[in-house]
Amino acid sequence: MRRVVVTGLGLVTPLGGDVETSWQNILASKSGAGKITRFDASDHKCQIACEVKPKDHEFGFDPDKRVDHKIQRQVDPFIVYGIDAAGQAIEDAGLEDMSDEMKLRAGCSIGSGIGGLPGIESESLVLHERGPGRVSPHFVHGRLINLISGQVSIKYGLKGPNHSVVTACSTGAHSIGDAARMIREDDADIMLAGGAEATICPIGIAGFAQARALNSSYNDRPEEASRPYDKDRDGFVMGEGAGVLVLEEYEHAKARGAKIYAEVVGYGLSGDAYHVTAPHPDGDGAYRSMEMALKKAGMSVGDIDYINAHGTSTMADTIELGAVRRLFGNQLGNMSMSSTKSAIGHLLGGAGAVESIFCILAIRDQIVPPTLNLDNPDEGTDGVDLVPHKAREREVRAVLNNSFGFGGTNASLIMKKV
Amino acid sequence: MSDTAERVKKIVVEHLGVDADKVTEDASFIDDLGADSLDIVELVMAFEEEFGVEIPDDAAENITTVKDANEYIEKNKG
Repeated sequence: MRRVVVTGLGLVTPLGGDVETSWQNILASKSGAGKITRFDASDHKCQIACEVKPKDHEFGFDPDKRVDHKIQRQVDPFIVYGIDAAGQAIEDAGLEDMSDEMKLRAGCSIGSGIGGLPGIESESLVLHERGPGRVSPHFVHGRLINLISGQVSIKYGLKGPNHSVVTACSTGAHSIGDAARMIREDDADIMLAGGAEATICPIGIAGFAQARALNSSYNDRPEEASRPYDKDRDGFVMGEGAGVLVLEEYEHAKARGAKIYAEVVGYGLSGDAYHVTAPHPDGDGAYRSMEMALKKAGMSVGDIDYINAHGTSTMADTIELGAVRRLFGNQLGNMSMSSTKSAIGHLLGGAGAVESIFCILAIRDQIVPPTLNLDNPDEGTDGVDLVPHKAREREVRAVLNNSFGFGGTNASLIMKKV
Repeated sequence: MSDTAERVKKIVVEHLGVDADKVTEDASFIDDLGADSLDIVELVMAFEEEFGVEIPDDAAENITTVKDANEYIEKNKG
């Protein structure tokens, strides 16, 4: 069977415009949260978010590095983040100068949960206030979810499968899992896989707040708002950014002497068939998703050292933990499990990809990232190492990453050291 | 350079992300400045906005160079 490995990484997060800055800030227990600066949020219930910082900031993102000025003007920020993260991953993998033959076998699977919401919002106002003749000719293709894959394929000449997943907050994980399958099925040798999101705009914040999904009581203490598993959590903090990985067939990577970070060995998927926003109270879907990933990996629960949880800082955290406990049993005492959403917020369609990259870096550096703000662990968290407050060095052979989305869509990925 | 030509040049530079010295009178939006058909729709909208003129689709089709834009705007602006 064709094996799939990771040979390149790219990140744009609220804690950095690249992989190393983001990761070092995560390990240093920094928070990317703050008051919303993109618009005046003073009349919103939730007034905080984890924004990607401007380029003059210490952890800022410079869009001019890899995205043409003209494209920046035409497309929503999630596409800009996605193009940049993909470019970083290509450079990291040493694939800037692919032959024409290689390009025919290289594709993209970069998705988004929502797509260009800020642009849909602002252009709707243009339509309403100034008429149809003032709507931008770039409106549609500057907002479409599959246009990261589209733009990246055009920029780098990638002529293989061009795919884009839309499964809400499971998008990033499904994108990687689907892309790995495409390589395994011999549709491609190389896939750029990941997800991006940028919905910190009035309609985005209002919409999630009205769905009672966002935090609302930490407006004066933004850095304390994202607190997965803590008794005082009251909803997620919206993040933004992108994560893109280069997935590559193992022999292909070896033949060109590529640096190999990890192998993608397990992918599980399931549906809750329960409720549009709430997970099944028994964590049934999460359980089956993780179970399938383990089975596909041919691994047992004792092989997993670290879980990067979905852990959004909502009531659902303990449901996920319950499912993990049911599946892993006594082995849970030997593992670590944390939520990096405590530091960068919830990147929605980008989350699964960004968090998979953190998992891979945990394998590389043999260290697990912390769950910030876990001051008073909730009931049901006993006997689980949730890595409170500080990163910790430990053995990390294999990792599991969970992502769950609205609609009851679940995805789990297992990656291991090669 | 006339005031109109200066303002046209500024819009072209901003929208197409090209160097100002490339935006000569004879420059073709598509052949010399890398625009596609949608970029031209956007440019025409920006000219309409800036100069308060209306540029109907059939007139816009004939605006292919910087000079064409300058002349149309000079002739039709209020």
